[in-house]
Amino acid sequence: MKFLHDILEKQKPMFEKGGKLEKFYYLFEAGESFAFTPSTTTPAKGAHIRDAIDLKRMMMTVVIAMIPALLFGIWNVGYQHFLATGNPNAELLDIIMIGTIQVLPIVIVSYTAGGIVEVIFGIVRKHPINEGFLVTGMLIPLTMPPDIPLWQVAVATIFAVVIAKEAFGGTGMNILNVALTARAFLYFAYPTDISGTVWTYLGDKAAVDGYTGATALSIAAEAKTGTVTAALDGATANWAGAESLFSFNNMLIGVIPGSIGETSALMALIGAIILVVAGVASWKIMVSGVVGALVMGLIFNLAGSTPFMQMMPHYHLIMGGFAFGIVFMATDPVSAAQTETGKWVYGFFIGLLTVLIRVFNPAYPEGIMLAILLMNVFAPLIDFYVIQANKNRRLKRIHV
Amino acid sequence: MNIKTRKGFDINLVGKAALQIGNAEQSETFAIKPTDFVGMHRPKVVVKEGDVVKAGTPLFFDKKLEKALYTSPVSGEVVEVKRGAKRKLLEIKILADKQIEYENFTKYSVSDMANLRGEDIKESLLKSGAWINIIQRPYGIVANPEDAPRAIFISAFDSNPLAPDYDFLYKNEGQYFQAGIDALKKMVDAPIHLTTNGKAEVSAIFQNVRNVEQHTISGPHPAGNVGVQIHHIEPINRGEVVWTIHPYGVIQIGKLFLEGRYDASKKIALVGSEVTTPQYYETYIGANVSKFLKNNLKQDHVRVISGNILTGTAIEKDNYVGFYDNVVTVLPEGDRPRFFLSDGWLAPTSRLSYHRALGLLSFLNPKKERVIDTSLNGEERAFVETGVMEQVIPMDILPLQLVKSIMAKDYDGMESLGIYEVIEEDVALCEFVDVSKHRIQKIIRDGIELLREG
Repeated sequence: MKFLHDILEKQKPMFEKGGKLEKFYYLFEAGESFAFTPSTTTPAKGAHIRDAIDLKRMMMTVVIAMIPALLFGIWNVGYQHFLATGNPNAELLDIIMIGTIQVLPIVIVSYTAGGIVEVIFGIVRKHPINEGFLVTGMLIPLTMPPDIPLWQVAVATIFAVVIAKEAFGGTGMNILNVALTARAFLYFAYPTDISGTVWTYLGDKAAVDGYTGATALSIAAEAKTGTVTAALDGATANWAGAESLFSFNNMLIGVIPGSIGETSALMALIGAIILVVAGVASWKIMVSGVVGALVMGLIFNLAGSTPFMQMMPHYHLIMGGFAFGIVFMATDPVSAAQTETGKWVYGFFIGLLTVLIRVFNPAYPEGIMLAILLMNVFAPLIDFYVIQANKNRRLKRIHV
Repeated sequence: MNIKTRKGFDINLVGKAALQIGNAEQSETFAIKPTDFVGMHRPKVVVKEGDVVKAGTPLFFDKKLEKALYTSPVSGEVVEVKRGAKRKLLEIKILADKQIEYENFTKYSVSDMANLRGEDIKESLLKSGAWINIIQRPYGIVANPEDAPRAIFISAFDSNPLAPDYDFLYKNEGQYFQAGIDALKKMVDAPIHLTTNGKAEVSAIFQNVRNVEQHTISGPHPAGNVGVQIHHIEPINRGEVVWTIHPYGVIQIGKLFLEGRYDASKKIALVGSEVTTPQYYETYIGANVSKFLKNNLKQDHVRVISGNILTGTAIEKDNYVGFYDNVVTVLPEGDRPRFFLSDGWLAPTSRLSYHRALGLLSFLNPKKERVIDTSLNGEERAFVETGVMEQVIPMDILPLQLVKSIMAKDYDGMESLGIYEVIEEDVALCEFVDVSKHRIQKIIRDGIELLREG
């Protein structure tokens, strides 16, 4: 690969100070350091060897962990399409084709829109282009409904990167999770396009009899009598081919309508295993998040008056975007609590608030997004108290 | 006290020194570099080129600590007083005699030593140059003789990668070590803590030492760092001063009294994957390394480091060993660009990593001795990853928050987050594992300097 490096090196002077394309140095640098590990060596004083990891590899690990969710999402978008249009036995290839045509443009738009913003900020602020967007660019499409207009994806991505990240100083400085900000932006700016019956891609075909565009969570939230499981069973009872669409197993595996990557708790679990084994995401946040959700679910069970409150707590883990959110969004190291003790508290409250918001929010049945954004804001406060405790321990030692 | 630590990381590298003395020619020149003494602001030279000195003759002193003299390790002629930009003193070079002559200091028998007065001991140490071995915490600088330390701490082993074996380094020096301890004990009215490795057999010279409080510590590196040991035995609080001293320094102090001379002879280990025969050499403080490296390197494109690979200083192949160093490490330079798919950031690699992220496979074989080059393996980025530095620092300290408080020049934050307890070596592993490739050790030193000035 030396010849390729030589070619790049030959172009370099053009981009360096005084060169014709000096302004685009960081764009060139991004390309070069993407292809080749920079030849930079450790300084003459200090640690002379460094760990083989770099931020690119770490971010790529997260992207890899999302691949199962993405692939399953592609399949599921296609499958839900055929299920809703009366062809539940469609060929696998057709299913994947529909899914790919629907999902891939969203991914491409997200990466392109965000990438352009990153490059512009890199050039203007004269700093290297950060790898953080490798992850954000994938998270955004996975949280989108399959039917989302592409221009909205672009607008939301640009908004999120500019307002949630660059306005705070760029990668590492943001307070809110960038991908969730994109989703929240759409939720508030274009509410009609991100709620109701947008969770299944129908295309130009008509839905079959008995089809319901609702998600499991909205059915559960609207159940007035009986149990949630009965309501879920009843919702699709007249839908040929999808009579038990919202069974426990379907919700666990993710064969239900919803955002592209969020439906499958199983794929999120696979992602979680990859992230935890790789040591890239905090297992403390994931575990305490699950515990928080279960605790709140149990409290509702004890106090509950509505069927949704009476629902078995573990259903919260497989419904909606809880699993995806707690694995990929809550563990974002920059917007999460940064102290190890703080991570326990942070995750616990995300789980707890998710269930609380789900049950009490009359407008929107999902809670994980708002819970994480809310706790993003509280994370520095949690850290403050953990750090304060550490300082106090040190102060207490002084025995005058 | 028996201390157990779990946090940390042992780095196993190819090129450990064989327990033998190599017979290379002795270095012709020796040099003392004021830059080895961190925090020294204004060295004042007292010799000039052409002067003839003995081992123990003063070469310079710090204008802020005039009593402590920095003396010549060997006898011979001062051949160069090298200065850099703004006349900054870089090194004082001495062409050594074949037979070393020593300045005369008073010699005591073991029984005489009982009658020594603390003040006399201090004066001898300051005058002879042996004082420089005493380092004070906080700050990690040469101790101020006016201070009354709360305690003295000695770490009796080195857990750094490719560290020399103290048992071999200080064989047969037990009586000097004991004499050094006795002198220190008489000089300061404070406990002396000696910490040995709980995972290995205790070296003979440290086993039955009197006048010390013995402790053991077991755990991965940095368990051998005196800073970690202080933290667990009796941590430093604001306003307190403790002293640390390397066993070599204790022995040197012992020799000063029992032999009546400033003896700067020492063994250094030449280690690292690029050394043909990694082994020990007998020489003196500040030795020129060229004779030891001659015909002893596997290739030319190497980095020679005075000290270990976590905290040492890169030197030229004909340069001098640092004052406090007892090891010289030679590594391959890592300035080769690596294509991302073949051996770069996306390809699976067995290059050493504390992490297990995508394609980092070294955790499958943690005991394997590796060859590692000096590549930064990435570029500096904003802090993104959290929680990993905490895993390699076995102290109740929040390293990331401490580093950030220094970067923000938050004086109160630095103090209350524990800057008094650490020096560079204590956070060296944080620098190693940092995904964002920051110079953590330099940041810590900058913070210490801020506090010293403030």
